[in-house]
Amino acid sequence: MNKDVFSLCFMCSVRCPIKVTVKDGHVDWIEGNKHVAGIDGSLCPRGSAGKSMLYDDQRVQSPLIRVGERGSGNWRKASWDEAIDYVATRLAEVIDKNGGHSVALCERAQLATHVSKTFLKAIKSPNHFTHDSLCKGSVNTACRSLFGYTDGQIGINYGNTKHIVLYGRNIFESIALKEVNSLMEAMEKGAKLTYIDPRVNVTASKAHRYWMIRPGTDLALNYALMHVILKERLYDAGFVSKWVHGLNELQDFVEVYTPEWAQGETGIAAEEIISLAREVSKDKPSVIFHFGYRGANHINEIYMRRSMLILNALMGSVEAKGGIFFKKGPGEVGGKPARTLTSQEFPKIEVPRCDKAGTKDFPLPDPSHGVAQILPYAILNEDPYPMKALIAYRLDPLMSIADTNQTKRALDKLDLIVTIDINYSDIAWYSDVILPESTYLERTDCIQQMNGLKPQMFLRKKAVEPRYDTMDGAMILKKIGEKLGIGNYFPYESMEELVEWQLEGTGFTMKDFEKKGFVAYGSDQIFWDRENLPFKTPSGKIEFKSSLLENAGFESFPKYEAIPLPKDGKFRLVVGRSAIHTHVSTQNVPYLNELESENILWINTAQANKLGIKNNAIVEVSSSVGKGQIKAFVTDLIHPEAVFMLHGQGHEATRAKRSFNKGLSDALIQENIYDKVGGSPAYHDTFVTVKPL
Amino acid sequence: MSKYYLFQDIRKCIGCHACEIQCKSNKNLPLGPKPCQVIQVGPKFIGGLPKISFIFMPCFHCENPWCVSACPTGAMQKRSKDGIVFVNKDLCVGCKTCVSACPWGAPQWNPDTGKVEKCDYCMDRVDQGLKPACVTTCTTGCLKFGNVEEMTQIRRERHAASVASLEKSSF
Repeated sequence: MNKDVFSLCFMCSVRCPIKVTVKDGHVDWIEGNKHVAGIDGSLCPRGSAGKSMLYDDQRVQSPLIRVGERGSGNWRKASWDEAIDYVATRLAEVIDKNGGHSVALCERAQLATHVSKTFLKAIKSPNHFTHDSLCKGSVNTACRSLFGYTDGQIGINYGNTKHIVLYGRNIFESIALKEVNSLMEAMEKGAKLTYIDPRVNVTASKAHRYWMIRPGTDLALNYALMHVILKERLYDAGFVSKWVHGLNELQDFVEVYTPEWAQGETGIAAEEIISLAREVSKDKPSVIFHFGYRGANHINEIYMRRSMLILNALMGSVEAKGGIFFKKGPGEVGGKPARTLTSQEFPKIEVPRCDKAGTKDFPLPDPSHGVAQILPYAILNEDPYPMKALIAYRLDPLMSIADTNQTKRALDKLDLIVTIDINYSDIAWYSDVILPESTYLERTDCIQQMNGLKPQMFLRKKAVEPRYDTMDGAMILKKIGEKLGIGNYFPYESMEELVEWQLEGTGFTMKDFEKKGFVAYGSDQIFWDRENLPFKTPSGKIEFKSSLLENAGFESFPKYEAIPLPKDGKFRLVVGRSAIHTHVSTQNVPYLNELESENILWINTAQANKLGIKNNAIVEVSSSVGKGQIKAFVTDLIHPEAVFMLHGQGHEATRAKRSFNKGLSDALIQENIYDKVGGSPAYHDTFVTVKPL
Repeated sequence: MSKYYLFQDIRKCIGCHACEIQCKSNKNLPLGPKPCQVIQVGPKFIGGLPKISFIFMPCFHCENPWCVSACPTGAMQKRSKDGIVFVNKDLCVGCKTCVSACPWGAPQWNPDTGKVEKCDYCMDRVDQGLKPACVTTCTTGCLKFGNVEEMTQIRRERHAASVASLEKSSF
């Protein structure tokens, strides 16, 4: 018997809408949801490998409890009752002795994140960490400093843009379907793409202008662009005079940052910089200076991200067609969002976060995401208090937080590590207990509230029964919660009941999702009136001169300081993604592994020649914190100061046989350093030595 | 030549390999055989800009297919109604003669069955009025499938749009 189920993909975090065709209880076919504009049936490579992941027998197939040393890979199978009981008993011991706050939970934010937040709130722990902080903490802070909104509340109107400027935002290899297709459509209509990156990639190959910028100098480029825009009055004067706070201060500040100066920093010719400023301004306000998706490169990240956003404001491309916009929620059209469990009353938490986010020591990073790279330091230094247990939910601190060896030393101090995942991730392998989650094709999930130009809700709906002895993440946490005596915070017996509970009061039911996979609160795109923009800053304006920064003791316009340059034959390690894999989670999926099983080290031809490194030769890459071996790719397509590798390879879990020991993990080499203002890790500020073997 | 044509709009292709994966997934193939494949050539700097070619290679479904003539068992066949070249697995003995005969490397080896796999334009889907798997879910919609006449029309309309200059025209 065949049936079609509308659902949401989860091969990456984008969650594109899909239609799953089920034949005799098996997934037969997956395609993009044709009812969703910009998707139109399409599916990216990861999404296309959904079946390959589902039917892979190298997934975790039952709960497992460690019997040997941590990381030794000796496990015994356990029933769910036993595994839940084991985890709850150990957690209760930790909580009794050290308080609920000694328990941290880290996860890649997902549809059931409100459930995990509820779990922590109920045990009185403030220590919930999302992957967002590792990816774009400083982007979030930069957005709040200018608009009073987080990056998650800001969208990009690709389809109507006339010129988009991307700084290492490798849009055609990260592939969010709607984003790719909307930009393609704009380019078909004549939109220009300027791409800036020390390395050539697919996005560069589609660009009308490509600059191989000296790595780490994008901020210098942007200050020079501002210099030209202000000097030649290329900005949207009407918009800027009405909505910008601090234009004069910016003007004074960028006076010295001439295109000629920037040429020396960036390697981009002054006249080229001038010509971009002039060209872009002709298309204002339908212009996008993309403020980034991952924004975690350098120790001055927040100022880099602010500079991109400031350029948008100067172009008037804020809340403009073809520019950036603020996402609209159901409230805009008199609707109600789905309820979340975190809306319940919880006991008061008496202690600060263990990463100190939101305190005077670390005031600006968003406490609702935390700052995950601080967790190893907090554990090691027992500062501000001892941490004793970690629940890793789809987030692998070993491969996602820089300096794996240090993270391991921190984990070694914990009394309990529990992983909830579908894969033998490296953190699962290093845990005491693995609780296997059902995959996105095997579970119904919490409501996806999709704010945007048109507020909507989407539903991930179970297509097939779980293939192995796995469970929904939200049910796993509920069952542990029940044993801990906090079951009252989880008022549901199944995912379907939880979804119905969420939908109460919205006017929609689960049945309403059956026809198209989503429900819409209205039919028109909503742009706010540009005469009445509700910026949430203290001044009600776009704060070039930022009260958020200045009240916390930081400058709005700190003097440009060149970031340290690699010396003594060292290189700046730059990392990125390809279209084939998602973060650290898909490397063992059969079809994806077949296409890309290991990463390589891109190194500039002239540099390689100096070092005697031949193409395809194995080299040793080392930094102050780690070293490893990887195959060299000798090429002119990368800046001489940088070497590049894909993130996500170099797995240590032996049961994930295809990805085990393939390639090199960037996190092993990267130092755990970060932007102390904005909160992002500085993944591109580690210098490495490359040696032929 | 089959009456169909599979058009790849190279301007929109981003070389993501979703076509290859969806093809394999639809045919439930093991690791190894790739009935269609995108081969990347480049990047290379052309006029100061980096350019990449993504060459899409399914089977071309030739008018006089080398593979069909070479096949000793009659497993490799050309469908009379529309010219689709396909392999009848029941008759394939795994002799690989078609692999040697095809100038384009289209016939692929399935190590699990010891037989040949090849692009058949997903003729079971085509017979249901659907498009081949690779075309149906192509990330950017750069793959298009239809009769040859329709495909050449896309090219012409596209070219016309790029050379026309309504704003600058003096007429």
